[in-house]
Amino acid sequence: MYRYDEFDARFVRERVAQFRDQVARRLDGSLTEDEFKPLRLKNGVYLQLHAYMLRIAIPYGTLSARQLRQLALIGEKYDRGYGHFTTRTNMQFNWPRLRDVPEILDLLADVEMHCIQTSGNCIRNVTADHFAGVAADEVEDPRPTAELIRQWSSLHPEFDYLPRKFKIAVTGSPQDRAVTKAHDIGLRILRNAKGEIGYEVMVGGGLGRTPMIAKTIRAFLPKAELLAYLEAVLRVYNLEGRRDNKYKARVKILVHEIGAEKFTQLVEDEYARLDGPSIVADPQEVARIAAYFAPPAYEKLPLRSTGFDAAKTQNRAFATWASVNLFPHKLTGYAAATISLKNIGEAPGDVTSAQMRVLADLAEKYSFDELRITHAQNVVLPHVKQDDLFAVWQALVAADLASANAGLITDIIACPGLDYCSLATARSIPIAQALAQRFADQERQIEIGELNIKISGCINACAHHHVGHIGILGLEKSGKESYQITLGGDATLNAAIGERLGPGLDAEDVPDTIERIVEVYLQHRKAGEPFIDAVRRLGLEPFKAVVQETLHAPA
Amino acid sequence: MPLLDRNGAKKDVWIISDDGSADADHILVSVAHLKQALSGNGRGRRIGVAIANTVKLAELEPHLSEIDLVSIAFPSHGDGRGFSIAKQLRHAGFKGTLRASGPLIADQFAFALACGFDEIEVSSAHAARQPIEQWLKAASSISQTYQRGFGAHNILDARRAARATGK
Repeated sequence: MYRYDEFDARFVRERVAQFRDQVARRLDGSLTEDEFKPLRLKNGVYLQLHAYMLRIAIPYGTLSARQLRQLALIGEKYDRGYGHFTTRTNMQFNWPRLRDVPEILDLLADVEMHCIQTSGNCIRNVTADHFAGVAADEVEDPRPTAELIRQWSSLHPEFDYLPRKFKIAVTGSPQDRAVTKAHDIGLRILRNAKGEIGYEVMVGGGLGRTPMIAKTIRAFLPKAELLAYLEAVLRVYNLEGRRDNKYKARVKILVHEIGAEKFTQLVEDEYARLDGPSIVADPQEVARIAAYFAPPAYEKLPLRSTGFDAAKTQNRAFATWASVNLFPHKLTGYAAATISLKNIGEAPGDVTSAQMRVLADLAEKYSFDELRITHAQNVVLPHVKQDDLFAVWQALVAADLASANAGLITDIIACPGLDYCSLATARSIPIAQALAQRFADQERQIEIGELNIKISGCINACAHHHVGHIGILGLEKSGKESYQITLGGDATLNAAIGERLGPGLDAEDVPDTIERIVEVYLQHRKAGEPFIDAVRRLGLEPFKAVVQETLHAPA
Repeated sequence: MPLLDRNGAKKDVWIISDDGSADADHILVSVAHLKQALSGNGRGRRIGVAIANTVKLAELEPHLSEIDLVSIAFPSHGDGRGFSIAKQLRHAGFKGTLRASGPLIADQFAFALACGFDEIEVSSAHAARQPIEQWLKAASSISQTYQRGFGAHNILDARRAARATGK
């Protein structure tokens, strides 16, 4: 994991002092609320429905035990004993007081964390594949690139007042687990014909009210040129992005309106004017960062663990959890374990301080002191010996963290919705809870197989409903919550935007409708055919009929 | 209107004269009258140009060596286009004075300086609410940042220097 050097440490401390001073100047009237707002947002402080909300950056979703324990402490001391992991792999606290924020920022700085640019019209927390360093298909670990960008984008003098927020994601694998094509910039690490490492640069993806899949503007950017090229992309966006309408200000609209070709031309023209070598990081600096992500001291283990196999035979619940929640590790004898934060009936992504401490202990004891937060709002222990999995699982059971539903229908992504968020038009969490209850049966979940449901409480699409296999969008229609169902979205390499099945439904009709959609799939699927493949093959028609049935069902 | 640079308050010697007709040593003209002002400049007057933040670099580029000041308008503190225009002008070799004009806040002073601005012109009401001391303090609140090409005090060059001395 990356560790701060003296420069990083001083930077973050100065940033805390700066925010303390900004709060004081707001209180003495030097700054108007309008002037202060972007400053507080860029430190992660939102004003929500009931209280202030603080969003803490978890860069590329990587945490150490010590950091997670600090979040547990903050949750206890300044919130109500729990926190919430977001789809941007950040942590949110929903109940802190504004006057406590500088103190919380100091506690975060103590463990090399911050809230810098977790909101506002600037470059946001950079995300990456949660199986970085684990996946066998990885060309290169994306985290050093993400860390380089984290540093470069922090308080960038030119790009702190962009037309709108700007999100970057990095994947190092051909199998995209970081939803790169739904980002303002998606970077995919790859090798060219000569075997050199570089990036495919994709720009203009995004969800929100106008979902778009990113376009490739550079098929291969040599690795060393990254920061200079990003500067060119951001400069074009800063100068040309629309500022007349907040809803048309993201770079995806610019790329769409002028066309990917013209946008590429503007970027390449700007890039040609730059003095690249004066901007990019030295190879030694890139190597310095990469060294922090060197593989941990793995043991040489046999391909199969007899202890693991025996535990599975003896304990059916463990066997189920292992079959659903483990991801293959590139090293024999290890596995990456997904810890689901989707217990049936609870809010997706919520975790108590006590649970955070259990997770921290497990990471320290069994996973080289490392945890990952996923964009699906779960936690990963990336490097667990198969021999240790049973002990890990037992600890998870004791902490109520052993739901065996990673990637299944009850592993629902949901935004905070109208229960917390001031932008929301409908509730999301209760819908997620009702659906999870409906599909709670473990065997049935496994029979249905991989199926992502994503629920957003407004068109800003924080839960990425457009790229859910089943997407649910909560809107307000004549004073009543109304839920639109989309089908066929895909967040992976084959990124696709889901299509609407029909008019909005009442909240109480959502579980029945989803159940009928699943039944159509079960009836028509070929052997071993996942939901998303079946939807592609069958088309929308058989599923649309289901929504019509719901709408016309006698009350 | 009050003017300040990295050393504090500053006297403004420039006279706004859109069409360049004013009889003064330092005249600030509009883009539309720039060519005319430059070509009719037999008297050795200093010529500056005031631009909106939508002006393209190509419009100014041919004249940069003859212009002494470019004043870039910031219509609001949230509109950051002027930062990129300043950066482009410096890239293009502009050596004169760069002025930011508009309702910027003290917390943006460091960004403006890093992008190549020399001075900021704010309204009197604005300056009364945010006195000069706040601007100077804000400018130095972060001692080193991470971007190369935005001033001497950057962490990447500091790390390079530390490597060179074997620390």
